[in-house]
Amino acid sequence: MRKSRYFGLAVIVAVLLVLPLFLQNGFHYDLVIRMAINAVIVLGLNLLIGFAGQISLGHAGFIGIGAYASAILTSHFNWPPLAAMAAGAAAAGLLAALVARPIFKLKGHYLAMATLGLGFILAIAMKNEAAYTGGPDGMPVVPMSLAGWEIAGEKAWYWVMALVLSISVWASLNLIDSPFGRALRALHGSEVASQVVGVDVVRYKVAIFVMSAVFASIMGSVTAHYVGFVTPNVADFFHSIELVTMVVIGGMASVYGSVVGAVLLTALPQALATFEGWETVAFGAILMLCMIFLPKGLVPTLAAKLGRSE
Amino acid sequence: MLAQFLQFLFSGVTVGATYALAALGFTLIYNASNVINFAQGEFIMLGGMLAVFFSQMGLPMPVALTLAILVPAVVGVVVEKLAIEPVKGAETVTLIIITIGASLVIRGLIQVWLGKGTFSLPAFSGNEPIEVLGATLQPQSLWVLGVTALVVVGLWYFFNRTLYGKAMLATSYNRLASELVGINTNWVLFISFAMSAALGALGGILVTPITLTSYDVGIMLGLKGFVAAVVGGLGNGLGAVLGGLLVGVVEAMAAGYISSAYKDAVPFVLILLILFFMPRGLFGAKVTDRV
Repeated sequence: MRKSRYFGLAVIVAVLLVLPLFLQNGFHYDLVIRMAINAVIVLGLNLLIGFAGQISLGHAGFIGIGAYASAILTSHFNWPPLAAMAAGAAAAGLLAALVARPIFKLKGHYLAMATLGLGFILAIAMKNEAAYTGGPDGMPVVPMSLAGWEIAGEKAWYWVMALVLSISVWASLNLIDSPFGRALRALHGSEVASQVVGVDVVRYKVAIFVMSAVFASIMGSVTAHYVGFVTPNVADFFHSIELVTMVVIGGMASVYGSVVGAVLLTALPQALATFEGWETVAFGAILMLCMIFLPKGLVPTLAAKLGRSE
Repeated sequence: MLAQFLQFLFSGVTVGATYALAALGFTLIYNASNVINFAQGEFIMLGGMLAVFFSQMGLPMPVALTLAILVPAVVGVVVEKLAIEPVKGAETVTLIIITIGASLVIRGLIQVWLGKGTFSLPAFSGNEPIEVLGATLQPQSLWVLGVTALVVVGLWYFFNRTLYGKAMLATSYNRLASELVGINTNWVLFISFAMSAALGALGGILVTPITLTSYDVGIMLGLKGFVAAVVGGLGNGLGAVLGGLLVGVVEAMAAGYISSAYKDAVPFVLILLILFFMPRGLFGAKVTDRV
């Protein structure tokens, strides 16, 4: 069991090490970097949706917080990028902690509605506070620098993200195997039963929500520095939906599923670009087909086919 | 003062009526299947866009409008048959994503077919504004309110006085028991989608002369309809109507008195406040979980 867990991580690390041999240009690197960024966000979101069983339809709002914290604090207030990133993560975590208690009293569709509403409010604020955010047109962001070393160019970003992704996968695997992870899974199975055996249900839900918000915010900061520009679109509803879709298509409650889902859905728009004008239709159709025929997601379905429990 | 207040109230109630129709659509489908149909907003868009398309084809207005209600109803049924029926009883997240997929397909097809332009319909009975205590009321607003009121009365009659309506209500209370007494619950599901798509389309048609329409108006209208349904307590028909009007009025007041830039945020602030303090909406039933 333990062996097969880390087998997947080894595969990911190996792929990340070998991949640069096959990446021919900046465009390829860019695609892989964005896949890795999404994968890390989706890992956090999957802890919330897949393991704890709590849906969030407003997660892009937290990405937006990170992205704009980095953009605004570094440009308007001359903060160093790492400090701005930490401030964004703290803000996202604090907001998540504040709203988590009332939000997690809700279930099912009410929870979906509340998280969706939160995301919308954040996105609209980012669009409207033009003095700070540049409004709908967005604003430029300075490059990332760590202790005087500037991360510039696709290759440098590739290795940074490869490292971040590997660590995130490893951390998620360990977290799920810890008492914390077992409590989360118990909570997904039955809240009442886990309460009866002494799991503090609310505390765990709040903790996982805050954690996934912090993950998302940090990746928002990373995206902002990497792209060098940020628009309110990072926080919009469609982005939240994309992220949830990555979780579900890869496989809920599957660490490797998160990575697979993020990789596939980041690549999809590129693959669909050839169907000029039909991208939206194709994207929607693929979502529906995946959900109808593979409701458990790709990785768990394949794992079950191969007769191995994930 | 009063005139200004009335002005905001009129515009709020008018948009609110559209939200109410959308919220009724959500309620119908939710009751029949426990599905929140995120494609509901696309039916509002379809109604408006098809009405424009059919009337520009030169069809007489009544025919064009009827078609603009019937076609979305058929689309609703197709969505139900192809996407909802095969996954009955799936997890909430799965169903949410399937209906979001359906909404993307519908929006994408309209974008390819009719383009990204913004369209309008002529008002049904002219643009001569009516003066009320210093505020002006568009005749089209009366159409929106009148038709919505008729729909609400019609639905009330349907659910309380006809066998089919009662069969649908029974299914929403207890599917298995309804099947046992001989109700065809698949038929109920089928009709719910047709009716809710038609209601959405109707709302979309009525409001197009006032707010204009384009291929992408569905998301916001649909989500606000969803807010209205949740405000009223999911599954509660009367709650949905009152929720719709409330969301519309609060939005218009906030836009008028506070900030028009934050107009679209208002329904979501409202819903968060309501859910925080009344987790089942304003008119939702008390539910105890069975373990």
